[in-house]
Amino acid sequence: MAYLLVIGTRKGLFTATSDDRRTWEVGPPHRLDPQDFASYGAVYAVGVDPHTRRLLAGAESSHFGPSVFHSDDLGATWNEPEQAPIAFPEDVDSSFTRAWQFAFGPEPGTVYAGVEPTALFRSADGGESFELVRALWDHPHRADWWPGAGGAAIHTVLPGTVRAGHTDPAAMTVAMSTGGVYQTLDGGASWNPANRGISAGFLPDEAPEYGQCVHKVAVAADGRFYAQNHHGVYRSADPASGWTSIADGLPTDFGFAMVAHPHRPDTVYSFPVVSQEVHLPPDNRLQVHRTDDAGATWRPDHAGLPDGRYYGIVLRDGACTDGADVPGFYFGTRSGDVYATTDDSGEWTRVAAHLPDVLCVRAVEV
Amino acid sequence: MEVLVLVPTVLRADCGGAARLTVTPAPGADGRVVLRGVLDAVADRHPRFDRRVRDEQGRLRRYVNVFVGDDECRAVGGLDAPVPPGAEVRVLPSVAGG
Repeated sequence: MAYLLVIGTRKGLFTATSDDRRTWEVGPPHRLDPQDFASYGAVYAVGVDPHTRRLLAGAESSHFGPSVFHSDDLGATWNEPEQAPIAFPEDVDSSFTRAWQFAFGPEPGTVYAGVEPTALFRSADGGESFELVRALWDHPHRADWWPGAGGAAIHTVLPGTVRAGHTDPAAMTVAMSTGGVYQTLDGGASWNPANRGISAGFLPDEAPEYGQCVHKVAVAADGRFYAQNHHGVYRSADPASGWTSIADGLPTDFGFAMVAHPHRPDTVYSFPVVSQEVHLPPDNRLQVHRTDDAGATWRPDHAGLPDGRYYGIVLRDGACTDGADVPGFYFGTRSGDVYATTDDSGEWTRVAAHLPDVLCVRAVEV
Repeated sequence: MEVLVLVPTVLRADCGGAARLTVTPAPGADGRVVLRGVLDAVADRHPRFDRRVRDEQGRLRRYVNVFVGDDECRAVGGLDAPVPPGAEVRVLPSVAGG
């Protein structure tokens, strides 16, 4: 079995391949476009279609704007549609700025894109063309969805689920910064906030119905949700009913990324960051923490990571699992290093070093 | 009226490799040709080139400059800049990016 690790960075898209997940071969930046203005641009979102193994890359040029590129040969060649894959309709006075997230529906060809400005798009052709999910765009809360430091975007898209023990093709959970968690049970025709219990210390009402700055939501093997908030770490079996803080035991409650174990529902990884003012790892040391009891307790999971000073943090899509039977976990940092643990030993090994700032990673068996 | 559009090297792959495009833009109600009409005429043939230059709402991208003759269009009316007979339109990436 071979494995592919797709790495989006501030300056291009990279991949690493491995037969055993111990030794990795990291290639040069992918040539997304023949002129290379996107090839060396920022790649904030990557996706691997579970049905077809098509790769998607949301890349952007500071001069020539954003686009979505796809590859049907695991990155050997890339294509960009003639017509813009993602574009707001004419009657919407907004322009597509950045793809933050790709997620795949249960039906082959269905792809969702969470984008900036805050919107959700749906594709029925594997990501070559997308259509705006209008009800979420027209949501009456929109005026209160303010941009965070990274911009106003939907960065988490979780098709098929709104609570543990319930899967439904018409259900979906999304998260946005700011705005928080929203859910639909009717295929996107209507959306309701699901933020009770999540704090919003930057608002006069610290417990609003919506407006939170949720940074990432992960779904565990049993369907429970884990959220890394803008200060706050939470768990919920039913976000519509509320969230419970599980931040005690972590060095800080701020961070961006959160990854759930694909088979053990109580195991989750957290990547703490000092605070909203200081986007550095606590103690200036690369930090990974892990819970094996659904957040009741946390322990550092540092084996194999650098002992010395380290200043790169893990961004909201900079960590993932490959979902294998013995799952591998991966994360990349703003210092351009990518680490993996793949044999259940808890020992991290460095897959890649000295890349540009890592913005997102995805890993799959191929 | 035909208008010559000069394409920067970096965008030629988006218009079939052409360095120069000749288009016949539709004049406005007042009979004048403006830059928007020139870019619309290019977009009809080369939509990917167009979205490098303008976003989906038709706004010029911030770091793309379009000259009508010697004038950067933002100084002479933006997309409503008149394009007189014989004028050349030149698209250039601005001093930005990296």
